[in-house]
Amino acid sequence: MTVYFTKDHEWVRLEGDSALVGITDYAQSQLGDVVYVELPEVGKTFAKGDEAAVVESVKAASDVYAPVSGLVIAVNAKLADAPGTINEAAEGDGWFMKLTLTEPGELENLLDETAYKAFVETL
Amino acid sequence: MADSAATDLLLETPLAGLHREFGARMVPFAGYSMPVQYPLGILSEHNWTRASAGLFDVSHMGQAYLVGPDHATTARALEALTPGDFQALSPGRIRYTLLTTPEGGIIDDLMVTRSADPSEDGTLTLVVNAGRKAIDYAHVVANLPDGVTLEVAEGLALIALQGPKAAEVLSRHCPETSAMGFMTAARVTVDGVDCHVSRSGYTGEDGYEISVKAGDVEALVRTLIAEPEVELVGLGARDSLRLEAGLCLYGHDIDEATSPVEADLGFAIAKRRRAEGGFPGAGRILGELAAGPARLRVGIKPEGRAPAREGTEIRDASGTTIGIVTSGGFGPTAGGPIAMGYVAAGSAAIGTPVTLVVRGKDLAATVAPMPFVPHRYFRKQA
Repeated sequence: MTVYFTKDHEWVRLEGDSALVGITDYAQSQLGDVVYVELPEVGKTFAKGDEAAVVESVKAASDVYAPVSGLVIAVNAKLADAPGTINEAAEGDGWFMKLTLTEPGELENLLDETAYKAFVETL
Repeated sequence: MADSAATDLLLETPLAGLHREFGARMVPFAGYSMPVQYPLGILSEHNWTRASAGLFDVSHMGQAYLVGPDHATTARALEALTPGDFQALSPGRIRYTLLTTPEGGIIDDLMVTRSADPSEDGTLTLVVNAGRKAIDYAHVVANLPDGVTLEVAEGLALIALQGPKAAEVLSRHCPETSAMGFMTAARVTVDGVDCHVSRSGYTGEDGYEISVKAGDVEALVRTLIAEPEVELVGLGARDSLRLEAGLCLYGHDIDEATSPVEADLGFAIAKRRRAEGGFPGAGRILGELAAGPARLRVGIKPEGRAPAREGTEIRDASGTTIGIVTSGGFGPTAGGPIAMGYVAAGSAAIGTPVTLVVRGKDLAATVAPMPFVPHRYFRKQA
């Protein structure tokens, strides 16, 4: 199982030719209690860096960017009623959406887990 | 997503070390480094305050004394700057009031206390917003008559103990506080430490604000948070608590462009002052009281779960822009998104359907009664 990370604190977990996307545990710890998530519609396409979702904590709204280009093939509907899942399991059950990658080569420019952890240490 | 604000050049309260020790996340607020939350988190801190008792550091707020030769003289000096009736303020009582501009806007909202101690008659204590201290003090000083002076209290801290268990907790350390009425104040000793205690707050709950010497505050806070009912609570929960209580935050819900009538703060315009006028902005303010304001601060309840934040445009059913959200977020006790804002007077009736424009999408909402969560202030039995 291969997981990639961005400096914007998103993760991408490859599952065959599709990928799950979410925000990192560090991101949820910074956001605090998540109270609402706005997910994209299935069928929407994103270029890397596009605003893909919005996550709202008690404090504020934050954009979540598409870490890679892709087509949305599923979203985590459970988050609508249980947004706190993101705080409990940001890198597991708190996933946001499933993408079919349109530019798989973009993965090479993302961080691996070791590099991401080192990056978080600098914050 | 990381906070990137510079933390140098910020002032600290006397509790800064304690906040760090207890793992607070510090943020810049009104020129101070303040705790926005502790490890418990905003949601739990909010719920803890509603269920038990939260302890807040509000030492960034301004504390000052208006000092004159006798109560009537000092009261008249303050009445020249506000629409309140301070001549009628009894010893030991607190009033919420507003410094108004000649155009009828709001320079600041503040609490005014008349000392219960006859030897302090002629002194009114003012507690003002941190971000408005310099402006308020300059404005007051520039408009005082001979014989009345403003003394800014240096070396004082201010903490708030709020929630349904606040009275029980504080009475263990100062028994006489349990019988104090809402919006009264007294000079007392809490475990032997001199304090000025007010039964008031900014959460909609019963509770106290305690003014104490900066050198004494840390020991007092440690005593109070050692009580099982008490947790430290940061500014994040303070904001969601006051929003649920329908209380204004200066610079957001009220400012120099909003009048007290528009802001639905008519209760702060005393009956005698309505008849006599003679306060800054009386022309506009009394005119709006008589004819109704063009716009009004109202509560807004969005449908669904998406919060509408400050700055969100409000439209009526026909799509016409009728106002703007001035505070909005998630109300943990209300159990969903809540907001307040200004709408055209014709759309201000409770139950009016409105549309909020959130990230380009229409979000259905209704004008809702405030507070969103009922106030539970202490009412003394007669």
